[in-house]
Amino acid sequence: MPQRQPSYDVCIVGSGAGGAMTAHALTQAGANVIMLEAGAWWDNTKDSAMLKFPYDSPRRGASTTERPFGEFDACIGGWQVEGEPYTKADGTKFDWWRARMLGGRTNHWGRISLRFGPDDFRRKSLDGLGDDWPITYNDIAPYYDQVDQLIGIFGSKENLPNHPDGVFHEAPRPRCYELHVKRAADKMGIWCIPARLSVITQPLNGRAPCHYCGQCNRGCMTNSNFSSPNVLLFPAQKTGRLTITVNAMAREVATDAQGLATGVHYIDKATGKDEFVAAKVVVLAASACESARILLNSRSARHPQGLANSSGVVGKYLTDTTGTDVAGFVPQLMDHVPHNCDGVGGGHIYMPWWLDNKKLDFPRGYHIEVWGGLGVPSYGFGGGIQGMPQSRGGGYGKALKDEYRRYYGSTIGFSGRGEQIPNADSYCELDPTVKDRYGIPVLRFHWKWRDDEYRQVRHMQETFRALIREMGGEPMGDMPSKERGYGIANGGAIIHELGCVRMGATARDSALNAHCQAWDCKNLFVTDGGSFVSQADKNPTWTILALAWRTADYITQQRKAGAI
Amino acid sequence: MREADQQPGRSTSGTGVARRDVLRILAAAPLAVFAIACEDVDRAAQHASDSLAQAAKDGVPYVPQFYTATEFALARVLADRILPADERSGSASDAGVPEFLDFLMTAYPDMQEPMRKGLAWMDDATQSRFQKTFVACSPEEQSALLDEIAYPKRAADKVKDGVTFFSRFRDLTASGFWSSRIGVKDLQYLGNVPQTSWTGCPPEALAKLGVSYT
Repeated sequence: MPQRQPSYDVCIVGSGAGGAMTAHALTQAGANVIMLEAGAWWDNTKDSAMLKFPYDSPRRGASTTERPFGEFDACIGGWQVEGEPYTKADGTKFDWWRARMLGGRTNHWGRISLRFGPDDFRRKSLDGLGDDWPITYNDIAPYYDQVDQLIGIFGSKENLPNHPDGVFHEAPRPRCYELHVKRAADKMGIWCIPARLSVITQPLNGRAPCHYCGQCNRGCMTNSNFSSPNVLLFPAQKTGRLTITVNAMAREVATDAQGLATGVHYIDKATGKDEFVAAKVVVLAASACESARILLNSRSARHPQGLANSSGVVGKYLTDTTGTDVAGFVPQLMDHVPHNCDGVGGGHIYMPWWLDNKKLDFPRGYHIEVWGGLGVPSYGFGGGIQGMPQSRGGGYGKALKDEYRRYYGSTIGFSGRGEQIPNADSYCELDPTVKDRYGIPVLRFHWKWRDDEYRQVRHMQETFRALIREMGGEPMGDMPSKERGYGIANGGAIIHELGCVRMGATARDSALNAHCQAWDCKNLFVTDGGSFVSQADKNPTWTILALAWRTADYITQQRKAGAI
Repeated sequence: MREADQQPGRSTSGTGVARRDVLRILAAAPLAVFAIACEDVDRAAQHASDSLAQAAKDGVPYVPQFYTATEFALARVLADRILPADERSGSASDAGVPEFLDFLMTAYPDMQEPMRKGLAWMDDATQSRFQKTFVACSPEEQSALLDEIAYPKRAADKVKDGVTFFSRFRDLTASGFWSSRIGVKDLQYLGNVPQTSWTGCPPEALAKLGVSYT
């Protein structure tokens, strides 16, 4: 028999953006909360590799199995997690990134913090494709404001349609090469504005402003950017009402004879034992697909298709952001003027969707991210120099050595990040036979991009190549052919999986209502990206945070009313 | 000179202020929590420089973990032919590239077979041309082979294994050299330091591109 643990008001599964925001708001409101995290403890102020030089490590920053984005990256996780497989249907290309640590993917992300715009919540009404959300921008706007002020974000007031401004700290000036990009974008009529990143440029809530080392991805030792442990969880712990249990792999939500949630079964990874924690309310925030998996694994007489799944939509309408990249060589950037161009950890400029889809052959937009500059020379530096345009095509010796110096900083790149329309062919389900090392049935993915996405990505490719040429540069590599999908990234590769526990207006066609509350189980909520009805041409984290806070307020209100 | 001061980029910020002074300035900011946080940064930096100093003191000859003595000698010569010393910085072996390569082979076992076969290919190639190992060849003889394989686009099909190996070896050498202390300094990389403010890129960098902040 597992040892009996104390009962909590709320059990939250997952410590990323959604889970942490929910925990922060609920503990502030007086709830006694337990959080289960499948990975280990992490604290940026102690564990970060910030300010290390590549030569401080024999690996020089190269990746490791647990850190595929480089050994100094904060995030432990990856496309493959040992002992936790996933499967794919024949012909499916899909990559599932999982973070396994306190803070989840908030240790990995690029801090690009964008509000969805009013149109993003009612796409079906506008173009007949996909579905409308059961909420509007006005429902969520006050929560975006609160998130801006609690967590902090820099940006600029632009008054652009469908790209709402927020409560911004001052944005840092562009770097020199970004000004060069902006000049080209201006000429081409592409909106190019200061980036909007959750990095603070003035003190906020006891946190120091950014010190511009450009290493947000390593985890900020001064908590000047947003990752959930240091900005939300540790402050929430100060209320004395948040218990965090790490290395706890959630398996199933338990329900009673009435079909209500009673707590969560999990495997203690240290002991391998099955444990149970009782709670009056259960919140899943394990990431869209992982939450769907837990729900599908929570079968009972009352919930034979899995919990919150009487509509059958759990696992369905899974989307990812579309993506493709083009790198370019810009001769004017050769022979760099030595200077510190680190800035914040991410682009200082951003190009939001600027065109009218009615005049294009695809229905939804994308935004453009820019990379380049004088990065810290690390593993991979100068790789493939023989293929650099205008180079000697390889070689060796003094002339080659000079070439490496001259080419440093001369490459820039553009990444497109666009909206996929949910489709019936992209979904996850339980694999009928495969289980993970904990004995939990795993997910099997099905994936299909549609022509809309391919045409959008072709437009990205053409636009980026034109931008590079406008800058006086040369795109590297030929435009990928139609057969190669115009270079579209695999599903999951952009790490923006959303949907698959979608909210909606009726219990017939959705798992959750407009408060992210399960239609079938009133004391069960989902506060990760699972609730999303659609992507937007924007990164999802800020919307996950706003929705989580809104859901937490609803839980507090319902608890006060005695409804749950 | 203290070890920490010899570190390129680390010793000064863009404004010429010593790094540890920058940390002190940041730590003195009128915000208690920031001061605490900066002590952590300071501690981390101290730890890093201590371990570097320790490594520098280590005068014991390196014993390769992966390479045989013959292979290691060849890897060293090859790395130095790729990146020799010049007026601006030392050679690949001065920067510890051979040791770095040896580490890579143990850390990433998938790299071992192509490396071993590639080095053997090099010796086979000089044996058949000059009846000598690559290391035993004169610089001119070595160059004769390198010229055949160092330029993939114009290389003959019959040496394509050598071309593939050499391109990969050149990439690894570049990784090891430019990420070393010598390489970072050579590139005049000035980042990876905390700064009190971000004022943008300097006028010379802007002027070069013909852009400005106004």
